[in-house]
Amino acid sequence: MAQGVWTIAEQRDGAIRKITYEIVSEGRRLADALGQELTVVLLGSNIKDKAGELGQYGADKVLVCDDPKLDPYTTDAYASVISGLVKEGDPAILLLGASVEGKDLSGRLAAKLDVAMAQDCTVFAIEDGNLVATRPIYAGKAYAKVTFENSFPQMGTARPNVMSLVEPDASRSADIADADFSLDDGALKTKVVDVVKDESGKIDLTEADKIVSGGRGMKGPENYNILEELADLIGASVGASRSAVDAGWRPHSDQVGQTGKVVSPNLYVACGISGAIQHLAGMSTSKVIVAINKDEDAPIFQKADYGVVGDLFDVVPALTEEVKKYL
Amino acid sequence: MNIIVCLKQVPDTESQIKIGSDGVSIVTDDIKWVMNPYDEFGVEEALKLKEKFGGEVTVVGLGPKRVTESIRTALAMGADKGVLVTDDALEGSDALATAKAIAAAIKDLEYDVIFTGQRGVDDDQGLVGAAVAELLDIPQLSLITKVEVAEDGNTVKVERPIEGETLVIESSLPALITAQKGLNEPRYASLPGIMKAKKKPLEEKSLGDLGLDASEFGADARKLKILELTPPPAREAGKIVEGETPQEKAAELAKLLHEEAKVL
Ligand SMILES: Cc1cc2nc3c(=O)[nH]c(=O)nc-3n(C[C@H](O)[C@H](O)[C@H](O)COP(=O)(O)OP(=O)(O)OC[C@H]3O[C@@H](n4cnc5c(N)ncnc54)[C@H](O)[C@@H]3O)c2cc1C
Ligand SMILES: Nc1ncnc2c1ncn2[C@@H]1O[C@H](COP(=O)(O)O)[C@@H](O)[C@H]1O
Repeated sequence: MAQGVWTIAEQRDGAIRKITYEIVSEGRRLADALGQELTVVLLGSNIKDKAGELGQYGADKVLVCDDPKLDPYTTDAYASVISGLVKEGDPAILLLGASVEGKDLSGRLAAKLDVAMAQDCTVFAIEDGNLVATRPIYAGKAYAKVTFENSFPQMGTARPNVMSLVEPDASRSADIADADFSLDDGALKTKVVDVVKDESGKIDLTEADKIVSGGRGMKGPENYNILEELADLIGASVGASRSAVDAGWRPHSDQVGQTGKVVSPNLYVACGISGAIQHLAGMSTSKVIVAINKDEDAPIFQKADYGVVGDLFDVVPALTEEVKKYL
Repeated sequence: MNIIVCLKQVPDTESQIKIGSDGVSIVTDDIKWVMNPYDEFGVEEALKLKEKFGGEVTVVGLGPKRVTESIRTALAMGADKGVLVTDDALEGSDALATAKAIAAAIKDLEYDVIFTGQRGVDDDQGLVGAAVAELLDIPQLSLITKVEVAEDGNTVKVERPIEGETLVIESSLPALITAQKGLNEPRYASLPGIMKAKKKPLEEKSLGDLGLDASEFGADARKLKILELTPPPAREAGKIVEGETPQEKAAELAKLLHEEAKVL
């Protein structure tokens, strides 16, 4: 019978990504609920020295796949290696992060394993020994509680920034083993030929702890500097509504909403955004929502924990001054 | 160059979602059905490739008869022909089963590139594209914002933004590409386009026509079981921050964010 919880680690340039600690933490909780072991699969090139960190977050075992062909990530190489290991190891639960890489990999992996998958979950639980996952659908307009029927491993991905991290414990260590795998060169049909770094150095909206977003009320691209100033000060990334993106003020990658990014920061500050249903859908899992809008009837105020009725061109610069007191 | 675009029909993003009395489905009475917005990007990109390389664009949709309307929209934008996989036994199928039927419908067609959306804005799974690629044993390139097919038509170079960087990926063709926002600006159907679309071929296929066993599809065969749908957790009614001047309001807000919300 399928046993144990497995999570797939995500690393970039040899550094473990935060989403990995989130799913390892969640995997630990599920493994404890089942009374079973947590195994983390770590793939990359010259990556083995990172395995120890995963132990501190709760992994019992780390299976290391070290091969130059596993760096950088490609769907074909990772899906091929991991599906082989999963078939062999027969875990009961398989968790990945719903980052871009995790979404790409999980879909292919589910299909290769011919199992069901619950994408972008916000809650996992064990009920009667089985995995039950909760996931927002219709971009958060409803939530679905799902489970798996004759489908092992029970597979899910976790929305970034949602699962709480365990405190790493330096006294814990995992059993680290080299995985036995083979990678057929001929099966690899895709190759990363270039990597273009985002010069802004800002954290992607999907992983940001704080977001300051501007909509049509910003009146033009030149005014985003007031949001950037506030954002820089509090360590936030800058987002936008679709209207601002469609107007060409901000790049597509900044759009928050049902047809943009779905975000879950600790703090979301919506400036000059009315709160259309498609926008709300993308940010409603934010922990604290602030709205700054001059129209007191703007729908955004119905979702905001703190609303400021006023002209953003006065309020935002004043807020930037005021927050300095608390930093 | 032959291109296939998978098209899913979804509730218009304006739709309020109400949960049905069975607790596991949504009320569809007032819903306006539209082409998944990410599939519009797929149609547009397919048409651009056709303009450059020639060939045919085939739209493949799976669902009830109403999906015909969205396929006609794609034909009006300029696609050449449509296939609708429709069968009562498909009702309630999960993503994996859906992908199996779509792959069966595509497998005997000629294709160099297949487009799907990166996710349906209904159940937000983002699974069908990868599963179709796996079933057809071709590479998948997900969440793509730029597509450049080589002059010889044998390889493709794409861009995939990931957190903090953009990857440039090269792949052999045929390949399946899932469209992400930013790929292009979809065109509108023109009036002559709409007239022409009425005469373009649109074929219907049942599971039987595809040689598939109906018992592997539909709600009863789901591997992902829906236990319950619930409305999103209600957000507590918020506070309007008081103050006579913008400065006072800003000072009060900063204090609340620090002392009460503890996010500063
Ligand atoms: C298929 C589809 C998908 C969509 N997907 C998305 C999506 O993913 N994300 C998204 O955001 N939208 C999406 N939309 C668009 C959405 O319906 C709205 O049109 C959009 O969100 C509105 O953006 P906005 O709030 O910036 O602009 P508006 O609705 O025009 O609101 C501007 C707000 O700014 C306020 N304002 C103006 N000046 C000031 C000032 N000086 N100080 C303070 N406040 C001021 C106004 O009171 C107003 O409330 C989608 C639409 C469709 C049809
Ligand atoms: N029923 C369907 N018919 C045709 N294409 C589909 C269907 N379901 C999903 N797809 C394709 O797969 C993409 C992702 O959908 P999903 O995996 O359901 O989120 C969609 O944008 C479509 O391109």
